[in-house]
Amino acid sequence: MSKAERKENIISTALKLFAEKGFYVTTIPDIAAKVGMSVGNFYNYFSSKDILAKELILYISEYLGKHIREINEGEGSAKDKIRAIVTFYFTMATERPEMIEYFLRIYLSNREVFGESCEGMVCVSPFITEMMIFFDDGVAGGELRDQDFFSAFGLFMGYLGGMVFLFGEKILPEPLSHYEASIAENIYRALKTV
Amino acid sequence: MHSRLYKPTLIWLQGVTCNGNTHSFLNLPYLPQLLERFEVLYHPLLPCTQSLAEIARCKRGCNVLVFEGAFDPEMERAGTTLKQLVGHYAGEAGHIIAAGSCASFGGIFKASAPERNSGLAFSGEHPDGPLRGRVGKVINLSGCPVHPEWLGYALMSIADGRPVAVDDLGRPTALYRHMAHDGCLRNEYFEWKVDVEQFGRKEGCLFYEHGCRGPLTHASCNRTLWNGVSSKMRVGTPCFGCTEPDFPRRNLFETKTNMSIPEEVPVGVSKRAYLTMTGIAKSFKIKRLEERLIDDD
Repeated sequence: MSKAERKENIISTALKLFAEKGFYVTTIPDIAAKVGMSVGNFYNYFSSKDILAKELILYISEYLGKHIREINEGEGSAKDKIRAIVTFYFTMATERPEMIEYFLRIYLSNREVFGESCEGMVCVSPFITEMMIFFDDGVAGGELRDQDFFSAFGLFMGYLGGMVFLFGEKILPEPLSHYEASIAENIYRALKTV
Repeated sequence: MHSRLYKPTLIWLQGVTCNGNTHSFLNLPYLPQLLERFEVLYHPLLPCTQSLAEIARCKRGCNVLVFEGAFDPEMERAGTTLKQLVGHYAGEAGHIIAAGSCASFGGIFKASAPERNSGLAFSGEHPDGPLRGRVGKVINLSGCPVHPEWLGYALMSIADGRPVAVDDLGRPTALYRHMAHDGCLRNEYFEWKVDVEQFGRKEGCLFYEHGCRGPLTHASCNRTLWNGVSSKMRVGTPCFGCTEPDFPRRNLFETKTNMSIPEEVPVGVSKRAYLTMTGIAKSFKIKRLEERLIDDD
């Protein structure tokens, strides 16, 4: 296994453990044991738990950014792209729930861990940048209504985050994919020009 | 280099104009020395050897033709149409200078009558002017008005026999390669995304909300200051982008945004990279940049 693969392995294992047990309860020996490496060797990859925590949010942000960028650069209307973003987000929440769990439960609730190095958009900029591109393209193309960015962003991501939260709490009667079409339609109606 | 004894003959013709470029030229600190280097056959305000009526007969040519204002083929000067005048003198001249944005690209007069008016070689960014066949030869000194130092640079270069390299729009690269943003005293506010609170303030950047075109405009206004002391941005007014072929734009004091995101970003930067950079920059609150430079007003 290459060093990059091992690092990826640590990241995905840590994400799962943090999501399951919480940030403070999970220790570096827990993560090292699950990955199958010594604690000493683990420190060759991440020198502290706080640094690992920050790397994880960057990893998730880049993952989200990369996929939304592909959607942004693809063909289709803003309506089509909203549907594609919803589908991608729910697929990710279903197949890799630890990624969204980490974002919602660790990053947003333990900001003291991330401190100044993750201030504002610093650690989530790859993802936010792609959402900005999406909104900018949609308005420039005349399909979306010009409004404040955060009003639109909060509507879009808050809705998706809320649904994933309900899904994680096992409150939703149907799998996430069941709601994709209606949620995409709702978001489109809220954002489109009159 | 030409001998100092060689005096090129110069004719300054006006098309549809407000005289702004002539007035700007009168502010050139070394105007008397510059005029010494030419034999001015005709200029509407400066001492010259011929009258407009004589010039309008098109009996002789000149070495340097300076044209001010938009070109309107049917407009007459002393009974001769601009089409005839420009056709005659541009054909004879070794050097042609379009002084100001109207002569370069059509400017404000083209905006009001696009079917009649254009620049000498260009109409907007398209080479559709009467001298379109001489793109590259016509030196476009765009600006509303042209900076007197830029005109001084071009004319002195011609008098000295030095070639003037130009860009694709005919503008001298030495003057227009940089952006108006270069040398702006507000650059630190631009970097950290701190916008100005009101016009006229020394603090804050005018790009995000007040329509400043500095990072999108090829000009050296902040490198070679106006009257040697100032520029629009230095006194708290946004750059209007007057050296670009799309001048005049509408809503000069507004930055066009889509969901709060600037529609246009600095020249040479991808929008994605720009949004990433500014999003991160905006995360930092720098107290020093939020404060007044002087607190006593």
